[in-house]
Amino acid sequence: MQLIPCPWCGPREEAEFHYGGQAHVAYPEDPSALSDEEWAQYVFFRENPSGPFAERWSHSAGCRRWFNAVRDTRTHDLLAVYRVGEPMPEVTA
Amino acid sequence: MTSPPGAHLPEHPDFLWDDPEPKASYDVVVVGGGGHGLATAYYLAKVHGITNVAVLEKGWLAGGNMARNTTIIRSNYLWDESSGIYEHSLKLWEGLEEDLGYPILFDQRGVLNLAHSLQDVRDSVRRVNANRLNGIDAEWVDPAGVKEICPIVNTSPDVRYPVLGATYQPRAGIAKHDYVAWGYARAAHAMGVDLIQNCEVTGLETVDGRIAAVQTSRGRISAGKVALCAAGHSSVLAKMVGLRLPLASHPLQALVSELLEPVHPTVVMSNAVHVYVSQAHKGELVMGAGIDSYNGYGQRGSFHIIEEQMAAALELFPVFARAHLLRTWAGIVDVSPDASPIVGLTPVGGLYLNCGWGTGGFKATPGVGDCFAHTIAHDKPHPYNEPFTLERFTSGALVDEHGAAAVAH
Repeated sequence: MQLIPCPWCGPREEAEFHYGGQAHVAYPEDPSALSDEEWAQYVFFRENPSGPFAERWSHSAGCRRWFNAVRDTRTHDLLAVYRVGEPMPEVTA
Repeated sequence: MTSPPGAHLPEHPDFLWDDPEPKASYDVVVVGGGGHGLATAYYLAKVHGITNVAVLEKGWLAGGNMARNTTIIRSNYLWDESSGIYEHSLKLWEGLEEDLGYPILFDQRGVLNLAHSLQDVRDSVRRVNANRLNGIDAEWVDPAGVKEICPIVNTSPDVRYPVLGATYQPRAGIAKHDYVAWGYARAAHAMGVDLIQNCEVTGLETVDGRIAAVQTSRGRISAGKVALCAAGHSSVLAKMVGLRLPLASHPLQALVSELLEPVHPTVVMSNAVHVYVSQAHKGELVMGAGIDSYNGYGQRGSFHIIEEQMAAALELFPVFARAHLLRTWAGIVDVSPDASPIVGLTPVGGLYLNCGWGTGGFKATPGVGDCFAHTIAHDKPHPYNEPFTLERFTSGALVDEHGAAAVAH
């Protein structure tokens, strides 16, 4: 079982966490101005890279707080974890 | 004089297909040498007479999801759009062995989709009615009926998720996945298709908004048309022409037990307790579960998923308690937002898309091969894949099959 380093609690087993998909997808600033195409991009389209991916996790069976991580989707290695609101750190895969 | 060991054995049998060097140019390049890619090439040659075709495979033929699925074939999906393409596929499966002239061990042993709650029951009965309106064989069976079809299912009321009944599709079944791929590869090769292995596509070239060539690890290949059949790697390929897809690539795990005497006569799936089980011809119990939650290209998943899957399997089949797990593995499945595929044209001229089959692509192999070949040959979708456009995520005309997909997403 993979250990995930929660930025508040430290390393915990993966089964304690809930996955939240791509990070840094902001709610549209002016929703009523969006075209159908822009809504589709916001609702359905996400990055799906083979390599480093910035994503959200929730420590749902621990501190219950959300945080962000950069994980290599090829190896599942967690390259960095950081708190919500912090910028995505530079990583080398 | 002594002869070397094995000298009395017959020669190595002939290969079913050649291993050619790529030519400089093809009319159609199919990217991905799995079931869908091989079937597409086969129907391009057979139905449309287009034989100047290459299938490019970065690894070995049918070594991706075609080698990793649980081989379940059925067509009991809810919506008319899905019924069309999956039932078309099932009908092709029924004649495929004769069509390919190759044994595929297609065995229509039926599938039970179990219901464990009142909501499950309502949804299942609705799906049975929808199937019957579409001419698909489906029936609702009560717990006694489940027991009759598959005696080893635990239908006792004293379990956490009791079996309240099931939908049953008698024409559903399983096939030997490797044989299916080999049958398509052999037949496509015989009609002149080049099957090129160890050839990874590293770039897609366009000229004036139209596809012109693919760059590969074995050189540049000009192409009149390019058809993507790359499942979990579809997003990576589409990005080469700046195309975003509404897909997430996840690990999906499966496993087999050791070889056992025949104990399981059908296919049993359960949405609520997350397991699906059949017994291969050879004797292994073949089981799958839900996808791992995170995106992943590593062809492996987390062990706690296997644990939950085994717990579910034991609740349904107490007789499996002493069976040993032999192997586990994962494939990379391309999950779409509505659990339905994306098959059709793209904004790039001559570039065609077949992806988003997620956890259920194997059963569609003949159907999508036929429809995708039609789409490529006519530059226009076949009526069966017309609803499955990329544009539906903008128009809102989704085909929500999360219920009938029967795998937790």
